[in-house]
Amino acid sequence: MNEHQNLNWPAASYLVVVLGFIYLPVVILVLFSFQDGLLPVPPFNGPSLQWYYKLLSNERLVDALLNSVIVAVLSGLVTTLLGFLAAYGLSRSPVTFSGSARFLLIAPITVSYLIIGIGLLITFNLVGVGKSLFSVGLGHVVINLPLAFAIISSQMNDSHKNIDAAAHDLGASDLQTIVLISAPMMKPSLLAAFCLSATLSWDEFIVAFLLSRFEVTLPVMIFEMLRAGLTPEVNAAGTIVFAISLMIVLFAASTLLIKQRDTK
Amino acid sequence: MTNISVPRERTERPPSSLGGLPVTKWVAYPAFIFSILFFVAPFLIMFAVSFWQRISGRLEATWTIQNYEKFFSKSYLVEALFNSLEVTIITTIISVLIAYPLAYIVAFKVPTKWQRIILLLTILPFWTAYVVRSYSWLLVLSDNGIVNSTMLSLGIINEPLKLAYTRGATILGFVHFFTMLLVLTIYANLIQIPKNLLHAASDLGASATQTFLRVTLPLSLPGVAVGAFLTFVITIGDYITPQILGGNTELLVPQAIMLQISRTADFPMAAVMSIVLMAVVTGLYLIFQRYLKLDRI
Repeated sequence: MNEHQNLNWPAASYLVVVLGFIYLPVVILVLFSFQDGLLPVPPFNGPSLQWYYKLLSNERLVDALLNSVIVAVLSGLVTTLLGFLAAYGLSRSPVTFSGSARFLLIAPITVSYLIIGIGLLITFNLVGVGKSLFSVGLGHVVINLPLAFAIISSQMNDSHKNIDAAAHDLGASDLQTIVLISAPMMKPSLLAAFCLSATLSWDEFIVAFLLSRFEVTLPVMIFEMLRAGLTPEVNAAGTIVFAISLMIVLFAASTLLIKQRDTK
Repeated sequence: MTNISVPRERTERPPSSLGGLPVTKWVAYPAFIFSILFFVAPFLIMFAVSFWQRISGRLEATWTIQNYEKFFSKSYLVEALFNSLEVTIITTIISVLIAYPLAYIVAFKVPTKWQRIILLLTILPFWTAYVVRSYSWLLVLSDNGIVNSTMLSLGIINEPLKLAYTRGATILGFVHFFTMLLVLTIYANLIQIPKNLLHAASDLGASATQTFLRVTLPLSLPGVAVGAFLTFVITIGDYITPQILGGNTELLVPQAIMLQISRTADFPMAAVMSIVLMAVVTGLYLIFQRYLKLDRI
């Protein structure tokens, strides 16, 4: 059916106004990271890269950035691996079992990050596990596993099972089937799950704040910098965080779109 | 290869093994074990600790409901709960009211080939980190921020309005974030409505308004419900937005929880508040359960 959809001007202006609202803070953030002056507020003098240079010479900030990268990549890998294995195992289990197992894996999505963080903090404290980047990473796997599992299992269908069976018939062991057949077949959704988990970990604040002490991630560092008030240095750090998130997300989106086009 | 095998009907694959271990059975276990160790167990421990007491700095397993009594007898904590509920409900309503028309316009007014790109544009700023997003609004709302300085230079106001560090600023920060999320869930629902239904309604003499109220709107409610529920859950548990944008004007539950953790390390009280917060969310979930299909996210 050929729908002729008309974008009349009230609708168009509503679209523009809401998009303006959505973009206003982001544009201000990025613009004033190039401020040539001490305050990230009008009037805008610049552009200048001085705050980016200052940021790169701030050792604690660079450390925080590296910590964030490590936590994001490692927690993303673990999340994707656990999510893939769970999705694979469940797609080949009896339906009654997989229903409650699915519930267990998806459940954390309905709980605030703050509460998950407090639960882990209290538990680690009782057991005697200290605060560290490692505990932050564990926390990030907890909060991202539901989404990674949901993405991967939504892409697993019956044709995959048949190909699995074919691999078995041709003499592949279970392990060979998973590593050599299933994982490569699921590559786009594994990549999407990894990118999403890594990005969410990279952006995450409250769990990282609760479970880290000396070595902190970039969002925690930025929060600490806020105590000094508004400064273009925070704008610069925020812009870098945003730019990196955006790059990973756009990369994942384009990979998935290409995959969809291929399968059509 | 000369032998031609007759393709046999395949129903269930014969149980396969790796050194006697049926691999497919246990590959899902690491995720279960992880979830039980780091999600279920911490929750149960937190629940248990909410009945414990802190005696001279040490946790003692005393099993008392005193902590809960303390929570509900402290007026500032009960007030924090009501503040949180108010802010969350207002945020959810305003976000739905802004997002719904946008999702509707994208789904029904924007030409199909442009829909994806506009949707992508709408959710790009979603990927700013929580801390950075709240900070960005501070830049917009502060006394010498973009809004005040523009209005001052235009002569609309003579002195800066107090926009930052208010409840309004907190709600604005939340609404900004959840408008993006809701556009996505509502749009996903709207485009699934078969166009035939809309044509049938108008063929049967319904006006555009009637078609919307009686067909489109009811059919799109699941998308609204999922988005609104997520908005509620995330807003009521968010610490950073009220902390950065709300200033010290009022206390919300997440801020009260963080105060217990950072000032006094009072884990039992922090646990009580977390449990209360979860109870509120669970209650809401039970009420709206039949509209929510979380697995459709």
